[in-house]
Amino acid sequence: MASTAYDRHLEGLAAPHGGHHPSLQHQFDSLEQQKESSTLGMWMFLITEIMFFGGLFTAYVIYRSTLHGVFAEASHELNVTLGALNTAVLIGSSLTMALAIRAAQVNRQKLILLFLVLTILLGTTFLGVKTIEYRDKFHHHLVPGPHFAPAEAALQQVADKAQIFFSLYFIMTGIHALHMIIGIGVLLWLLVLSWKGRFDSTYYNPLECAGLYWHFVDIVWIFLFPLLYLIGAHTH
Amino acid sequence: MPEHVASIKMYVGVFLALMVGTALTVFAAKVDLGAWNDIVMLTIAVTKAVLVILFFMHVKYSTRLTALTAVGGFFFLAILICLTLNDYLSRFELLGPLVPGK
Repeated sequence: MASTAYDRHLEGLAAPHGGHHPSLQHQFDSLEQQKESSTLGMWMFLITEIMFFGGLFTAYVIYRSTLHGVFAEASHELNVTLGALNTAVLIGSSLTMALAIRAAQVNRQKLILLFLVLTILLGTTFLGVKTIEYRDKFHHHLVPGPHFAPAEAALQQVADKAQIFFSLYFIMTGIHALHMIIGIGVLLWLLVLSWKGRFDSTYYNPLECAGLYWHFVDIVWIFLFPLLYLIGAHTH
Repeated sequence: MPEHVASIKMYVGVFLALMVGTALTVFAAKVDLGAWNDIVMLTIAVTKAVLVILFFMHVKYSTRLTALTAVGGFFFLAILICLTLNDYLSRFELLGPLVPGK
């Protein structure tokens, strides 16, 4: 007899928990279908994220096309070394995230834990460096608002316009950092589930989806770093 | 489960390519190339993003539906940026500069 989805459904009813993978939700026919659905759903969510950051990038493009020189001058106030360091840290965390998923694919439960911990540590390092950068901006009076007072004479002359750059800098990197914090929270939760041995080569959808999110946040930074930190590098 | 398991060598290779791209973009930014600075910078960034999407995000090994969804996201982004710029770069010229006293 051909095994149709309906047949398998009836078998499932006959034996509610026997013969079924514990992580297979009842609305799916198979683990493959379940994984395909969760991956597709995650990408749908990432489209909304692309559009969310896209609006900010569009604002950046419009203001920069109008205030080209001011943006280059203001960008020079950012610390390229710390920005490049953070880029490397984030790319490294993407590698460890990908390796955590690979560890699940090859049934190495302890390696999943190791790579998740490394990813969380690298993500935390990124936020730590970001904190140092934000602190410096406060010290140098580069935060937009009533206390905005850059030391650089070239910036003082165009202070109003320079504030637009720093507004975009704080909003874009701030929302990016918020995504990192949420990502670390998700990874901590997955660390607990991994500790309980919930993931193996047959089921690791939550790791895969968290990975997609983590890599997306990495991609946002891949664009933020040159657009914010490097546009003034050749003018000095 | 017939799942594609990529080799560690591949993941490390992509990681190294991304690191080289980062070093390259920092180096290129310090050289005055005029308008080409932005083009070089964005070309490197897009290349890095494509590497992450294809290999780290497994789009290379996923179904066509997932790949199409991923491409669709960036297609919408292109519409957002292009149409908004159409408006700002054409219409607002007639009304004067975007920021008064430029």
